[in-house]
Amino acid sequence: MLENYKKSKIEKRGLGERIIAHAYLWLLLVVLYAPILLIIIFSFTKSKVFGNWEGFTLGLYQNLFTGYDVATNVQVDPNLYRAIFFTVIIALIAAVISTILGTLAAIGIYYMHPRGRKALTFLNSIPMINPDILTGISLFLLFVFLGISRGFGTVVAAHVVFCTPYVVLSVLPRLSKMDPNIYEAALDLGATPFQALRKVMMPELWPGMISGFILSLTLSIDDFGVTFFTKGSNGLETLSTFIYADARKGGLTPELRPLFSLIFLTILILLIIMNIRTHKQQNKTT
Amino acid sequence: MKSSKLRMVLQSRSTWAWPYALFLVCLVLLPLILIGVYAFTDPEGHFTIQNFVSFFTKSEAINTFIYSIAIALITTIICLLLGYPAAYIMALAEFKTPQVMAMLFILPMWINFLLRTIATVELFHMFGLPLGEGALLFGMVYDFLPFMIYPIYNTLQKMDMNLIEAAHDLGANRMQVFTKVTLPLSLSGIYSGIVMVFMPTVSTFAIAELLTHNKVTLFGSLIQRSFGEGGIGMWNYGAALSLIMLIIIGLTSFFGGDKEDINR
Repeated sequence: MLENYKKSKIEKRGLGERIIAHAYLWLLLVVLYAPILLIIIFSFTKSKVFGNWEGFTLGLYQNLFTGYDVATNVQVDPNLYRAIFFTVIIALIAAVISTILGTLAAIGIYYMHPRGRKALTFLNSIPMINPDILTGISLFLLFVFLGISRGFGTVVAAHVVFCTPYVVLSVLPRLSKMDPNIYEAALDLGATPFQALRKVMMPELWPGMISGFILSLTLSIDDFGVTFFTKGSNGLETLSTFIYADARKGGLTPELRPLFSLIFLTILILLIIMNIRTHKQQNKTT
Repeated sequence: MKSSKLRMVLQSRSTWAWPYALFLVCLVLLPLILIGVYAFTDPEGHFTIQNFVSFFTKSEAINTFIYSIAIALITTIICLLLGYPAAYIMALAEFKTPQVMAMLFILPMWINFLLRTIATVELFHMFGLPLGEGALLFGMVYDFLPFMIYPIYNTLQKMDMNLIEAAHDLGANRMQVFTKVTLPLSLSGIYSGIVMVFMPTVSTFAIAELLTHNKVTLFGSLIQRSFGEGGIGMWNYGAALSLIMLIIIGLTSFFGGDKEDINR
């Protein structure tokens, strides 16, 4: 019905109008993708300075994977690999903690007295509204105030702060879809609360937990502002802070170009696969 | 007796939120209160309003503040003007796969935004454009445009098409349909888009330095500097600036959220 209506409406529009509309979208996309295209193009040349073309080569990809430049025998900045390592580790730990904490919190909030629910939902929304810089500075002041030295642990804690609210928000809708009696039924049949959670509730909440987990991973990997203020000065860097420090020094480590080209490609392929899947599922249901 | 009480506490599932409630109080509420405490004290811990006095009397600080708000407003307006038509076309025009289109607009956000910003600077170099206000605005719009498109696209997509049809049947022309039906119905999306673009742009640091090679300082960078290079004595001043930003963010989300509720 809707589809037919949409089509009839489109037919009312002139061809010229449609061309302009499409051209506008594609133009925006071209501008949006131009810098990324630039990164990918210049990942195939070996020049140290981003933007200088010195002939096609896969040299930077080779450098990235072997750790040193075969031609000049110069090592690739080891801090880059440490930054990649810490980005991934911090994201994984923060996402696991956020998912557990957030799922329990969502269950608690759902069954709470309305007043408590309101208060907690409000508190939960603060880290989402707060910009990075304020989350970062407020935590910086807390760690200074309590005399906690900043480093790996404080960065993970800070990432849990801004990831967990999204887990709560992705699990809550699953709870309202769930039959409220099955948990009580499990308890009546002799399950402990923990067993009831694991065997009865978890399977229902799983999709929300997964999307919360993935969202946490991406937020953590992408974060710059909060990490910047909570990482301390012991040399701990994630990719974001590494890039920032690099850019301020003036030169960008050339191997970042192939690294992000590969990341972009991976995500593109993942999205295409996901899209094909949902398409297939849609076709099945119709 | 005691164990049955414990059992009751464990069975009432609202207790499962307690760890998170404690976590929020310690790592969200307390830190925000600390900003206020530091803002109203001097390095020795005595009460003072000197931090605010120096903000309002230093012309550099107050000018940077006003400038940052202006840049954030202009960025938000440009994002709205560019983003609304894009969201409108995606939601209402015939596309076999509007989701794919929406996805294409979000995909760039997966590349680290600092690296994208640096690539934008390169783009300016290539075309021989100077780095300055123009580059700053371009970079900010570039970084935050998806935040404007997505919420507007979402509300437009959920809109009841029958309303448009009804308006047409009742004799409204296309302009009237847009101003009287489509636009009012998409207001909630516009509000959340504005909030989602304005808040990060007004608080951004790092982007401005990279885009203008330190030619332009924004309020966020001013705050960052008082915590970074300023030394311990500057922290209280930085906290005062942070508190001012916190108030701006609070006001923005309050008014943004408020209007959204009325709309529902």
